[in-house]
Amino acid sequence: MPKEAIPAHVYALCSVLSFALLLLGWSALTYGKYVPPLFLPAPDEIVRSAVTLFAEFGLVTDIIDSVLRVTAGFLLAAAIGVPLGVLMGSLKVCEAFFEPFLGFIRYMPASAFIPLFILWLGIGESEKVAVIFFGTFFQLTLMVMDVTKNVSMDLINTAYTLGVSQRGVFRRVILPASMPGIVDTLRITFGWAWTYLVVAEIVAASSGLGYMIMQSQRFLKTAHIIVGIIVIGLIGIAIDVFFKWLYGRLFPWLGKGGTA
Amino acid sequence: MAAKLLVESVSKVFGDGGRAVTALENTDFTVGESEFITILGPSGCGKSTILKIIAGLTEPSSGRVTLDGRAISGPGRDRGMVFQTYTLFPWLTVTENIEFGLEVAGRPKAERREVADHYIAKIGLRGFESAYPGQLSGGMKQRVAIARALANDPQVLLMDEPFGALDAQTRTVMQELLLGVWEESHKTILFVTHDVEEAVFMGDTVYVMTARPGRIKARIAVPLPRPRSYDIKVSDVFLGIKKEILALIREESWKAANSLELMGDGDEKDV
Ligand SMILES: Nc1ncnc2c1ncn2[C@@H]1O[C@H](COP(=O)(O)OP(=O)(O)O)[C@@H](O)[C@H]1O
Ligand SMILES: [Mg+2]
Repeated sequence: MPKEAIPAHVYALCSVLSFALLLLGWSALTYGKYVPPLFLPAPDEIVRSAVTLFAEFGLVTDIIDSVLRVTAGFLLAAAIGVPLGVLMGSLKVCEAFFEPFLGFIRYMPASAFIPLFILWLGIGESEKVAVIFFGTFFQLTLMVMDVTKNVSMDLINTAYTLGVSQRGVFRRVILPASMPGIVDTLRITFGWAWTYLVVAEIVAASSGLGYMIMQSQRFLKTAHIIVGIIVIGLIGIAIDVFFKWLYGRLFPWLGKGGTA
Repeated sequence: MAAKLLVESVSKVFGDGGRAVTALENTDFTVGESEFITILGPSGCGKSTILKIIAGLTEPSSGRVTLDGRAISGPGRDRGMVFQTYTLFPWLTVTENIEFGLEVAGRPKAERREVADHYIAKIGLRGFESAYPGQLSGGMKQRVAIARALANDPQVLLMDEPFGALDAQTRTVMQELLLGVWEESHKTILFVTHDVEEAVFMGDTVYVMTARPGRIKARIAVPLPRPRSYDIKVSDVFLGIKKEILALIREESWKAANSLELMGDGDEKDV
């Protein structure tokens, strides 16, 4: 029945089943020799490649490089985007000034700017950070603005009648009330930053997961490409889980019976 | 009774040009020290607007409001307010919510705790000190909101349909609880409601407002003894006042209904 709850163990079983089916189909295709190994290597080949990549090809260095880049670009976007979004959501003047501009740029694909960034910044670290920044900043700012706009006016008015000043209302009401929404926005945009990172590294880099995938393609190491993709996915999941854990830790009041 | 709060020919127009809405027109009334007044009127007649003007959250288009002889020019802790919507800060516990105003004022922790404990006992929420608002029922939330406003020790308490969202039984309990708290502190209270029985039961004076644009249509004294308990709701005096007010309101409702018809049909506007 639509929307009806199902027992937890049934839910878990279904989730595991989807992965099991994927693995089964993959094994059937590869071990059954329906697909040549150049296109799709068998699962055991992937596992062996993963071991080689970690042991001999310095995959850990690639992971660290990628994570550092994405973190730098993302932190820069958040450091500017969160305060700006809060201001835009609270002060109509700020909204009127920035919103049309950001709304315009957000529809320009960040990947299309890569050639321009390479022209301006070369192919060093700053270019990659710029791509990630560009890919997340505008969306992040607009999403934080929406979160802040949703803070109830009655809540703010209540604070005024309790003696809070116009400036104090940011720290005492608007920020704490928007915090859960902001953390959620960060979680979602970090996911996007991660995909832009790969784009930036595939185009021009000398290290990182995207670079490793690109190199593997040049040498027809299909298994290495797949290992790279799986690692990217796993790190993405790990970050998502981290943010969800943080959410629970930061906002104990939300877990307990809702928002009001 | 000395005049505490003076509302003098206050008008409020929202918007401008063709879409201007006159919410309040020449509203006048006086509230005495320690008086409990209730403001009764149909929805949309400007009850919330008048409270917000007194709170300093909205500027009047004309007229003025004075508290203890000083003109009001913005919100301040001398005028506490309780809203109809739930406005507890969800990230603060019950105790922290009640302490909020004192904390803003920079009062020492020990004093804050003492005040909060006092009010928690009074509103019957012992054991819920460290609960978050999300864990409370609607009635409990409004009790905390009242305690939070009172903990700040305001000169005037403004209450905008504070029990409007509660079920009938809870509302009855809350009315008696509020009167109990009031008996002790005798704050000056302006209590807005659209429930006739509530207005008469709570108030020393009931102001009945006209439909939009709002004005004070009648001032009705409620000479019922205090402390009041639920039995007076069936007393002759109570029923007499209720009947009088219902007659006034019926008049207003007719006017409101007719004016809606006129608004819907532009051709007949000049008739
Ligand atoms: N901020 C606002 N902008 C425009 N119109 C408003 C605003 N606030 C209230 N009004 C209008 O003023 C009238 C009175 O509103 P309100 O004071 O909330 O009524 P009540 O509390 O008696 O139901 C209503 O017609 C409402 O639509
Ligand atoms: Mg109202």
